[in-house]
Amino acid sequence: MEQDLTKSKSKIIWLGDRAKSTWGKRQNIEGRAAQIFLLICALLSIATTVGIVVSLVSQSVGFFKEVSIWEFLTGTRWTPILIPRSYGVLPLVVGTLLVTIISVIVAVPIGMGIAIFLSTYAPEQLRRIIKPVLEILAGIPTVVYGYFAITLVSPMLQKVFTNMLIFNALSAGLVMGLMIIPMVSSLSEDAMMAVPQSLKEGAFALGATRFEVALKVTIPSALSGIITSIILALSRAIGETMIVTIAAGATPKMTFNPIDSIQTMTAFIVQLSLGETPHGSLEYNTIFAVGLLLFLMTLIMNLLSQWVVSRWHRRY
Amino acid sequence: MQNSNYLYNSNILEVKNLNVWYRAFQALKEISLSIPRHHVIACIGPSGCGKSTFLRCFNRMNDLIPGTRISGQVLLDGQDIYNSGVDPTEIRTHIGMVFQKPNPFPKSIFDNVAFGLRINGFKGNIKEAVESSLRRAALWDEVKDRLNKSALTLSGGQQQRLCIARAIAIQPAVILMDEPCSALDPVATLKIEDLIAILKEEYTIVIVTHNIQQAARVSDYTAFFTMADDRSGILVEFGKTNEIFSNPKDKRTEDYITGRFG
Ligand SMILES: Nc1ncnc2c1ncn2[C@@H]1O[C@H](COP(=O)(O)OP(=O)(O)OP(=O)(O)O)[C@@H](O)[C@H]1O
Ligand SMILES: [Mg+2]
Repeated sequence: MEQDLTKSKSKIIWLGDRAKSTWGKRQNIEGRAAQIFLLICALLSIATTVGIVVSLVSQSVGFFKEVSIWEFLTGTRWTPILIPRSYGVLPLVVGTLLVTIISVIVAVPIGMGIAIFLSTYAPEQLRRIIKPVLEILAGIPTVVYGYFAITLVSPMLQKVFTNMLIFNALSAGLVMGLMIIPMVSSLSEDAMMAVPQSLKEGAFALGATRFEVALKVTIPSALSGIITSIILALSRAIGETMIVTIAAGATPKMTFNPIDSIQTMTAFIVQLSLGETPHGSLEYNTIFAVGLLLFLMTLIMNLLSQWVVSRWHRRY
Repeated sequence: MQNSNYLYNSNILEVKNLNVWYRAFQALKEISLSIPRHHVIACIGPSGCGKSTFLRCFNRMNDLIPGTRISGQVLLDGQDIYNSGVDPTEIRTHIGMVFQKPNPFPKSIFDNVAFGLRINGFKGNIKEAVESSLRRAALWDEVKDRLNKSALTLSGGQQQRLCIARAIAIQPAVILMDEPCSALDPVATLKIEDLIAILKEEYTIVIVTHNIQQAARVSDYTAFFTMADDRSGILVEFGKTNEIFSNPKDKRTEDYITGRFG
């Protein structure tokens, strides 16, 4: 007995030595290298973000030395390159919100409808066709959407709203809604498919119809994923540039009338950076002030979505 | 004529020459049996012999699986539930189901029990109906102070009794139970078994179990299934539980029962 025990002990020691000598070291080196590489990747993305924020803030400082933050945030006239100059950003914010709201009104019901259809009604074969088609929709360049808005959607809408210009918030918003449908539908559908089958069967077994199961069990259980998808689509819409630059117009206007011509924050930034405004001038620095505000808006949206998700997880 | 009339009155469910296919695979072959009202019927047999499939025929849950095909008849009080005009969601309000793993909805305890009432347009007092269902499921005293808490805060055994309360809330005639205790500890299992003994006063219960002793303890009738050579499920023997256990007619039944006991 005694002997056996010592034998097995020495065996363990021997294994330990072996592990230390060859295998172990190589693994350590590889592990180290991978770790360092991944760390660099992480630092790089953090550095980029910090760099963007620093450049935005530092360039805006020049702007806010001459225009007070209060005037910037509450003024209702935005004419930085026309005389008399005025630096109230609200018309741009309102224009951005107007287009975003229109797009969300289009995208959320349709996107959710698609998600419910795909996750509850569609047979497997149909799902396999529709999902890639939606992904194609998401892959269409935004410039194409922009021209789609002014060449097709606007002329059609003008038949209804006869005094409407070609460039208006409604067409841009509708088309942008079309563009973000796949974001809503695809992420929502993933969340709904992840709801355990056992829960859905529990509802079916109580006499629920497919629609009731989707509405009362699947959607509530997938709510955090669905809300996240909507908020992501929303921040995409707020930051979208090409469609609104092409189709929404270039007249900053404090209006919630969807058939008006407006300008969004992003479209203004494009307009000014393409113009001949000299670098470093006050007019030029408005870009950074507006950019900073845009950044803060999408940041808040993302924080909001994280808060929603964490709150939901705590509850159930 | 007289005879069939008598059967109509005493048997709540009748299965006649039932066959079920999952695409090309035949899972059940030529099953016929009658289930008497207000009794507990246990379905036993080796894994994969089609017990769950059989159970899911009664509330048409197999309809939800694409590629499932069925032939034969399942009569509920003499009406074939597979007739073309029959709405499966309507059938499921008469025949409830409790699953292997407790599956309460991620809602409050109250809303779980009220779920079936609400979707089926219950007109009475929901609070009273929820309370009485929880009482009948022997859960009321444990949850009455926290009806608005998430059902997921309950223990596994409590969750399963909540699922039973949820099922009986809509007043079904039959309750199907697919291995309702397999995820529970012995104490929680005993509670469910006691509950089954009480519930059979009001309901007919069809229970699938892998636990032979449990079948012997809780059931009045036992159906023993096994697999034929082509892996499709067949009914070997059906009869009073004490007769099946004390005096099985078929060698396969005897082997299965004694194998588990010995
Ligand atoms: N959705 C399905 N698609 C295809 N085949 C299935 C499906 N469900 C069950 N089967 C097959 O049908 C047969 C019977 O399955 P079933 O689940 O009814 O058996 P069971 O007796 O309940 O088994 P267990 O005791 O393990 O729960 C098995 O061979 C199984 O592989
Ligand atoms: Mg089973």
